Amino acid sequence: MSLLNVTALHKYYGDNHVLKGIDLKVEEGEVVAIIGRSGSGKSTLLRTLNGLESINDGVIEVDGDYIDAARADLRSLRQKVGMVFQQFNLFPHLSVGENIMLAPQVVKKMGRDDAQQLARQMLERVGLGEKFDAFPERLSGGQQQRVAIARALAMSPRVLLCDEITSALDPELVNEVLAVVKQLASEGMTLIMVTHEMRFAREVGDKLVFMHQGKVHEVGDPKQLFAEPQTAELRQFIGSINF
Amino acid sequence: MDFTFWDILRNLLVGLQWTLLLSLVAFACGGVAGLLLLLARISPLQPLRVLARGYIELFQGTPLLMQLFMVFFGIALLGIDVSPWLAAACALTLFTSAFLAEIWRGCVESISHGQWEAAESLAMSRLEVLRHVVLPQAMRIAIAPTVGFSVQVVKGTAVTSIIGFTELTKTGGMLANATFEPFMVYGLVALGYFLLCYPLSLAAYRLERRLNVTA
Repeated sequence: MSLLNVTALHKYYGDNHVLKGIDLKVEEGEVVAIIGRSGSGKSTLLRTLNGLESINDGVIEVDGDYIDAARADLRSLRQKVGMVFQQFNLFPHLSVGENIMLAPQVVKKMGRDDAQQLARQMLERVGLGEKFDAFPERLSGGQQQRVAIARALAMSPRVLLCDEITSALDPELVNEVLAVVKQLASEGMTLIMVTHEMRFAREVGDKLVFMHQGKVHEVGDPKQLFAEPQTAELRQFIGSINF
Repeated sequence: MDFTFWDILRNLLVGLQWTLLLSLVAFACGGVAGLLLLLARISPLQPLRVLARGYIELFQGTPLLMQLFMVFFGIALLGIDVSPWLAAACALTLFTSAFLAEIWRGCVESISHGQWEAAESLAMSRLEVLRHVVLPQAMRIAIAPTVGFSVQVVKGTAVTSIIGFTELTKTGGMLANATFEPFMVYGLVALGYFLLCYPLSLAAYRLERRLNVTA
């Protein structure tokens, strides 16, 4: 049984059919890169996986928790599925340490001392141990995104969703974030990322998902797909990108 | 009977105390009720939202004086004897809560959607997100307009003189009749309101500026 199973997933925005029957399996420890043109539904798909977008048909199952059109199990499912956003979305009124401590304290009822220790560990993990008392606005974009990763990791998720997490960064800050993601991948973290970093997807990804017009158009080993795309659409897409 | 200037001033100060007290009560009770109303107004449950919206529209769309009459005479119709003090406090609380809820709703909605999504992705419930993430940020934004609105509450207490509550305006009216010096007495009454309101306006202005500088 796969860690994450998506079956016959459909999503509409009004009359607009944005996800047209998605099937996807993600194994434990797998790094999945989702690529595609804007409007292909890749971010929407990612956001359905932790219930940020409701779905109209189909089932999402993560380690025994389900989402279907009736939207169940969110509290439990979201503890298993972490998410990092393009815009970081750190809580500006809390220090870096408090950003990470909040959910463990509120959701998991962890004591303050334990949460603090956990937050320090997570910050070490993303190479920001010295920033515990800093406020987010004082950090660079790359540092903020690493804090956001640490914040998600503090809930010990089984899967981490990354929604274009380097797209809002200045070019020189992209690599420090990708390095953290690469390290997580090497530690066996299950990752599903929507990304424009094709080189990264090819090097680090175990599975490449190419979305086109609301469907999984092609899926397979990244190196193979980049070398020999099977469909004209993927060939065209790869051709249109410099990397 | 003759009134010296000091007699007038002393009596007005007593009235001023009642104005101040009524303002504080209305603001405190209105704040609590306003917070509940805010929660209803942004609730995921549609009936609650509709009810809260209706309440807010009603109290924003009718004169405070009519609200006061409704409370004062309405409750009396039920056979319950209400003192002017209680009626005034109730009416001003209703009025204040409607306006504060609407001011605060604007502040809550100005917090970016990404904050909600990030907190919900960490498995926090709607109320937990509000309490730990959204309201603390919204409160900072809300301070200046809230203090600014308190000026309206203070001035609003003047209408309670109509139902016989002896606050500053009512006291002024009685003194004007007794002394035949309405200009001087009402001048002092106005000064009294100004002394209460000006520091509030000033504080609101300063808070607003400080917020704009840091933002």
